[in-house]
Amino acid sequence: MIRLDHVSKSYDGGRTLAVRNLTLGVERGELMVLLGESGCGKTTTLKMINRLIESTAGRIEVDGQNVRDHDPVLLRRGIGYVFQRIGLFPHMTVAENVAVVPRLQGWTRPQVEERVRELLDLVDMPPAEFADRMPRRLSGGQQQRVGVARALAVRPKIMLMDEPFGALDPITRASLQDQYRRIHERLGLTTVMVTHDMTEALLMASRIAVLRSGRLLQVGAPHDLLTAPADAYVRQLMQTPKQQADRLAALVEEAEP
Amino acid sequence: MADLPEYLGQHVLISALALAIGMALSLPLAVLGARSRMLRWPVLTVASAIQTIPSLALLALFYPVLLAVAYVTERALGLSFSALGFLPTLIALTLYSMLPILRNTVTGILNVDPAMTEAARGLGMRPRQVLFRVELPLALPVIIAGIRTATVWVIGIATLSTPVGQASLGNYIFTGLHMENWISVLFGCAVAAALAIVLDQLIGLMQSAAANRSSMRALAAAIGLVLVIGGGLSPLVACGRAGGARREVVVGAKTFAEQYVLAAVVRDRLADAGIEATTREGLGSTVVFRALAGNEIDCYVDYSGTIWVNHMGREDIADAQTVLSEVTAWLKHEHGIVCLGALGFENAYALAMRRERAEALGVRTIAGLAAHTPTMQIGGSYEFFGRPEWPTIRDAYGLRFAGRRQYQATFMYKAVQSGDVDVIAAFSSDGRITAYDLVVLKDPSNAIPPYDAVLLLSPKAAKMPRLAETLRPLIGAVPVDLMREANHMVSRDENKRTVDEAARWLLRQIHGTAP
Repeated sequence: MIRLDHVSKSYDGGRTLAVRNLTLGVERGELMVLLGESGCGKTTTLKMINRLIESTAGRIEVDGQNVRDHDPVLLRRGIGYVFQRIGLFPHMTVAENVAVVPRLQGWTRPQVEERVRELLDLVDMPPAEFADRMPRRLSGGQQQRVGVARALAVRPKIMLMDEPFGALDPITRASLQDQYRRIHERLGLTTVMVTHDMTEALLMASRIAVLRSGRLLQVGAPHDLLTAPADAYVRQLMQTPKQQADRLAALVEEAEP
Repeated sequence: MADLPEYLGQHVLISALALAIGMALSLPLAVLGARSRMLRWPVLTVASAIQTIPSLALLALFYPVLLAVAYVTERALGLSFSALGFLPTLIALTLYSMLPILRNTVTGILNVDPAMTEAARGLGMRPRQVLFRVELPLALPVIIAGIRTATVWVIGIATLSTPVGQASLGNYIFTGLHMENWISVLFGCAVAAALAIVLDQLIGLMQSAAANRSSMRALAAAIGLVLVIGGGLSPLVACGRAGGARREVVVGAKTFAEQYVLAAVVRDRLADAGIEATTREGLGSTVVFRALAGNEIDCYVDYSGTIWVNHMGREDIADAQTVLSEVTAWLKHEHGIVCLGALGFENAYALAMRRERAEALGVRTIAGLAAHTPTMQIGGSYEFFGRPEWPTIRDAYGLRFAGRRQYQATFMYKAVQSGDVDVIAAFSSDGRITAYDLVVLKDPSNAIPPYDAVLLLSPKAAKMPRLAETLRPLIGAVPVDLMREANHMVSRDENKRTVDEAARWLLRQIHGTAP
């Protein structure tokens, strides 16, 4: 569905590389997580897929077509995008935010209204209550649910998510992770999600791509990464959630009579 | 106060138009400036530089520029337009309105959170859509704040348009200043301030309506704006004078009481003869002359010495008769202006001091004053010390004053009366000379050029025989004591008369003495 072939990105004419010679395939229906520390190139990689950032070398294909052959604006409208700091427009209501892309695409008013209702229902935000609210009167979790609804508005097959749940409290984050995972399955989406949260990656991903300093270290299912890390860095990275899980298990045991 | 509808209407018209053009120019320029650093710096710098030019100077600057443009377009394209009043004011006010709108729009756009513009691009907006759907709406409160500042500035500065011949609420202020009618000054200020505050608040209401998406408030603000602007303009529409098309004789006047009175005298004299006439007061000295030469006004009273020195550029001294005949010939030859003749009094510069002071010192002439000048202060009008007469008088008598101060005429007389200055460069026909008991020092060397009041007709008016015929009886009919008294009537503090009353009084005296 998405294919990155020897892709590089440099900001200073090749002296330093944000992404180095990266090759990665994302299959239809997969939820691929790009995992790494900040500055590892994961967000750059994500943004090169819809050409918010242009790659400087290599080839990126979406649905079998080179993204360079697309009008970048039309390409972006066809790919859902959920932003790191939510990115709802503060001067538009919830309904208007969700309706941005359908309107850009020239949908009729009844079509837009119908779709906004569907989407708000999909993310458990009853339209009667939320459609006319301004974003500042929503909680962080509610805002990001609107962000997801907005990204899904014109029924994209592909979703790009840039640390979508990073700014949320743990309980809200867990519930949104679950909710998004269900939506992903139900709509048969192909999702690429960026995170630095190991637990989030392990719990949500079909496969995880670990990046460091712009290089791809390992791609594999969560189980593979836990059991067969490719190098010391990946092993260390996987250690943290494993240790936390072990400690939690011990605590549970202690508490039992 | 009967002029309020017209002055207010003109004020609203010129301000609203200047703001509309200012916005139409500034908003696109600001958007380009926000996009390009290369453009932003020069645009903002030029706008700031314009802002530092004193408003009065900027207004005055456009008059000669437009005159030149009008001359060229008339020669080249056969297009003629009036360089007086409306256009120079409109251009100056438009330029003044631009800085706050430019600066706030640029700042507003640059301060939009980059995450917002990235989100807009990420969703598939084209650059133009990013601008109109995200950047401008988010910058709107800052942009509107700029428009509010511009509105208040423009309405304030529009009061200064009187000297370039544009009627506005400033007419109350300028007339009041020259007549020492403080009520009139206050009234002009208060109406202008009220207009500025009301418009500022209405635009503010518009802004809060946009921020809170309150269509009720937006409607209220829109109705308010329409009422204020429409209401202000309605008297102009009613009498169809917004464009300045005129069917009547226009009598010009410079910015002091005597000119106002004489303009009213000329107007009433014409009216008595059944010729419809109106006055256009408070014009700058150069403006009024150019306006006459350009047929934008039909007649006004000037002074032979002013034309001799200012327009002919003469620095030599000649007797009154020579000056008058040379001025008359020059005006006819150079500008086609007809000088009907001298009214009978002089409004010359005259060194004057308090009678008791002069008597105590035993000073009667400028020559006698010279010895005392090293310990004296001299006061003059704004223009006096820059005029060629001053060095001529100074050098003729060897005057060495310890210091000099410049005043608006009203305050100059008060300054000599209170002793802040010892001598003033007064005007010989000024009523305050008698009222304040000042003595005019004699000029034995005839160093001060003659300033006979002369009645001038524009080239066009010169071709209307009835006009000249009607006005000719005024020639030689106004002796200086009559003029002083009429001047004093309108500018004294107690028992003050209006210009029209003084003009009628003067006309009665003239008719009484006229053959």
